[in-house]
Amino acid sequence: MATLHSRASARLMLSPAVLLLLAWMIIPLCLTVYFSFLRYNLLMPGEETFTGWTNYYFFITDPSFKDAIINTLTLLGGVLLITVVGGILFALLLDQPMWGQGIVRIMVIAPFFVMPTVSALVWKNMFMNPVNGVFAHIALALGLQPYDFLSQIPWASIIWIVSWQWLPFATLILLTALQSLDQEQLEAAEMDGASWLNRFWFIMLPHLSRAITVVVLIQTIFLLSVFAEILVTTNGGPGTATTNLTYLIYVQSLLQYDVGAGSAGGVIAIILANIVAIFLMRMIGKNLDA
Amino acid sequence: MARAISTKRKAINTVAAWSLGFLIFFPILWIAILSFKTEIDAIKGPLDVLSAIWTTESYSAVQERSDYLKHFTNSVIIALGSTLLGLIIAVPAAWAMAFVPARRTKDVLMWMLSTKMLPPVGVLIPIYLIFRDTGLLDTRIGLVLVLMLINLPIIIWMLYTYFREIPGEILEAARMDGASLGKEVLYILTPMAIPGMASTVLLNIILAWNEAFWTLNLTAAKAAPLTAFIASYSSPEGLFYAKLSAASIMAIAPILIMGWFSQKQLVRGLTFGAVK
Repeated sequence: MATLHSRASARLMLSPAVLLLLAWMIIPLCLTVYFSFLRYNLLMPGEETFTGWTNYYFFITDPSFKDAIINTLTLLGGVLLITVVGGILFALLLDQPMWGQGIVRIMVIAPFFVMPTVSALVWKNMFMNPVNGVFAHIALALGLQPYDFLSQIPWASIIWIVSWQWLPFATLILLTALQSLDQEQLEAAEMDGASWLNRFWFIMLPHLSRAITVVVLIQTIFLLSVFAEILVTTNGGPGTATTNLTYLIYVQSLLQYDVGAGSAGGVIAIILANIVAIFLMRMIGKNLDA
Repeated sequence: MARAISTKRKAINTVAAWSLGFLIFFPILWIAILSFKTEIDAIKGPLDVLSAIWTTESYSAVQERSDYLKHFTNSVIIALGSTLLGLIIAVPAAWAMAFVPARRTKDVLMWMLSTKMLPPVGVLIPIYLIFRDTGLLDTRIGLVLVLMLINLPIIIWMLYTYFREIPGEILEAARMDGASLGKEVLYILTPMAIPGMASTVLLNIILAWNEAFWTLNLTAAKAAPLTAFIASYSSPEGLFYAKLSAASIMAIAPILIMGWFSQKQLVRGLTFGAVK
């Protein structure tokens, strides 16, 4: 049993972490909300005035806002779909008996450790470049016209790059979960005549549901904030074709110095993340309790 | 009972898995190859690249741009500094929650997890302005602080799951024998917790090394780590394939190697202990 004394010291040990995280959350959050109601431009210091909801009106009615929201959500949906479906398939394959499984694992997990700026630039220059890229060389060798991925289908290209970074993560986690599945259960089902599809659908998939939830949750946290990949490949363009909410706020506040409108965007981003978070935490909570 | 798997089936699995692994790994392999070619050869077709001469000139060229070493040093200091600072704050917190659980411990843990949900862009402006006014902008200490804070929930969660596995009875026994709190931590807890702490450190270094939102937005020339150094190749230097490849390999190699060694722990850390 813990004594009163140890309870007190435990509270003391916990407090620095709690206070720091509290400060890290509350102070900037309050400031963002405060700035969002001000007319505040970094180029005109000292002229901040209260403007009510003007910044929100300005930010939401800006045509690029709609594009940014659509892009943010299509990136989230697209990458989640590719990585979860791909991850399940890859995990199923890697779980089979084979030679050199350790080496395959190492190759598959590698992209996850590559920093975002490197993977984006490598795909942009070495692969998708319409003159010198690997894809262009292959197209020419096959007698086809090289395709300029980043100007023809820019957002799909970025979804592809981000998926490449996250597919290893999904595969690794789903593989780990799959390996903890009781083999005898599978064999029993097989002896009872369950087809492969039935075994997958009724035994493996339910077993993986918790891991899938975790993959979706964690990737969502990171995918809503994709930034570096856009910065080094397309700078949000052409037009707003590759601008997501994170990038739009960055442009608004740090490139156009409009702190007020940028902060209004920040508040919207926080609300969006919270909607997704509540939804996901409920899902993960259900799964974790089970 | 393990079933006998036919050799043929195993061979098919092996070929399929290796092809897949190769495809996913190919971009990294490709820049590793390009980094050892001349600029003129590096932009040729894949087959011409492979047959071209090998050289290390790109590596010396990147090194000679004296700033590579500076950025590398910045990366090391930021990654190690934020990890160490995070550990100092997280170890007592995780210890307290694991060994003296209170009614609200689970809520505290969930709350810490929820702070990770705060999108960085939502607090970018205040942090940027605070840093500007306090002179922390473009300093290593500023980045150490921010990266420590964004990774703190992960460190605490990970340590918590490791500490939970240490049987509490051992600590009770020590306490009965009259061990003080300090001795308890030093002689009993530390040796048992070292493997878990090592994996936590490893994961945190990886995350801090690759972090590319705050490092790009809060640094300019002085404190920029490798993420920002590579971003400076986005144009037009990115067209120098061999140099970009060499710089990229030098930026990712340390973490790639560390990552390969910590795959298992990585799963646990990134899933907040939910998948082991």
